[in-house]
Amino acid sequence: MIMKGTPMSKVKTVLIVDDDEDFLLQQQVYLEKAGYQVLTAPGRKEAQLLVEKEKIDCAVIDLMMEEVDGGFVLAHHLKAANPALPVIMVTAVTSETGLNFGTMGEGEKKWVKADVVLAKPIRYEQLIREVQRLLA
Amino acid sequence: MNETVNTVTIWVVDDEPGMCRGAVRTLNGWTDSFTDLDEKIVCDVLSMKSGEEFLERISTEQPHILLLDGKLPGIDGIGVLEQLHKRGISLVTIMITAYATLDKAVEATKLGAYDFLAKPFTPEELRYAVHKAARNVILTRKARQLEEEQRKVRFNFISVLAHELKSPLGAVEGYVNIIRSRQAGDALADYDHMIERIGVRVNGMRKLIGDLLDLTRIEAQTGKRNPEQLDLRSIAESAAELQNETAAERNIAIHLKIGSELNITADSGEMEMLFNNLLSNAVKYNRDGGSVTLSGVKAGKNIRLLCTDTGIGMTEEETGRLFTEFSRIKNEKTRFIPGSGLGLSIVHKIVTLYHGSISVSSVPDEGTTFTIEIEDT
Repeated sequence: MIMKGTPMSKVKTVLIVDDDEDFLLQQQVYLEKAGYQVLTAPGRKEAQLLVEKEKIDCAVIDLMMEEVDGGFVLAHHLKAANPALPVIMVTAVTSETGLNFGTMGEGEKKWVKADVVLAKPIRYEQLIREVQRLLA
Repeated sequence: MNETVNTVTIWVVDDEPGMCRGAVRTLNGWTDSFTDLDEKIVCDVLSMKSGEEFLERISTEQPHILLLDGKLPGIDGIGVLEQLHKRGISLVTIMITAYATLDKAVEATKLGAYDFLAKPFTPEELRYAVHKAARNVILTRKARQLEEEQRKVRFNFISVLAHELKSPLGAVEGYVNIIRSRQAGDALADYDHMIERIGVRVNGMRKLIGDLLDLTRIEAQTGKRNPEQLDLRSIAESAAELQNETAAERNIAIHLKIGSELNITADSGEMEMLFNNLLSNAVKYNRDGGSVTLSGVKAGKNIRLLCTDTGIGMTEEETGRLFTEFSRIKNEKTRFIPGSGLGLSIVHKIVTLYHGSISVSSVPDEGTTFTIEIEDT
């Protein structure tokens, strides 16, 4: 009853949160092609409702959504509920404001609550690689 | 009143000690006001005996105003001007001449001299000459500041614009790459939605460029406009017609309450832009099944327009940044509403052109009213 052993049970679920519906869709296409089950949410609130119902294995969050710090808040929320959950933060902040999260120290990593920060425009192959690495 | 007091440095170059002393006594610490420019100055005077001394000093610091004797023992006044000219230094220079010859004056003017003062002169005449020169200094500084500010505004605008074009381009490029590498499989139908989205983003770019052209047209054509007698009702009717399809899809009713006698002398292109942007916003940010009411009345010399919708409304904080270029109100309710972020900037610019005013009152989830008054020129 429990030991079905189908390959489906191994499929990992990735949650993508982005207020740009095109990036959302494109990330979804690449992640599905890479063999993941994908859940999408256009904002922080929708994402929070989703994780209450669904189990996720990894989250890819856009930093700058409608609420300026929506991404931070969501990452914090997810990490608080499950500290082991891998979180990837996608952000245009570097190119827009010059803030650089790429060279984060351990202290900053704790504060940003993300395992990886990718700068927009992201390369999808890199996104897949990071997801694969975090879920390995 | 917040008047600024700026120090104006004056260097006197004259080989006559009496002349130098007199200039220092008359000008050093002297304050002068320019009420129309909202400025006050205080003079700081330094005297030098020769052109050589001056030229050495000028390589490390510069005065605002130079009082330069034409006849100096070594290098003379014209020689000093030539040197300044060669080094690319421009100073507001008053030439002091014992006997003003026209030739010398023409030569000095060519080399950048601003004014002449013929010896002998009274302290009052000296102050008057300095007053004029200082005015020039202030105006030049203000013009430079203004230019610098405009350059910054321009630069910001272009940076944001570039960003606004980069994101749809990035989205389109992303879809093209997906389609090219068949990421979603071999069935063409699986790409329908993506192709649809490419169309949406391309249209967005087209709209942005159109709005951008409108905006530049309004800015650049000031003075070259073509005012004519216009019937505002028919302009409103064509603007409403442009919105009809979108409004009908969402069951939004557009009511025009503008009498057929409401005329204005204005540029028709500008009035069309004004009405189109107002109505397009009122439809776009409305709720399904809502309504838009555009009314126009004569208010003395002005025309008053009221555009009311039953839409999503805004908070006070949001209305505060409504008229800034590219500032779109981002929240859950506006998430899927496309826009260039320039529509209300266009409206605002047109209203300003007609010496008018625009105000907005809004209640979240109830609706928004824009009140516009424009002058019938």
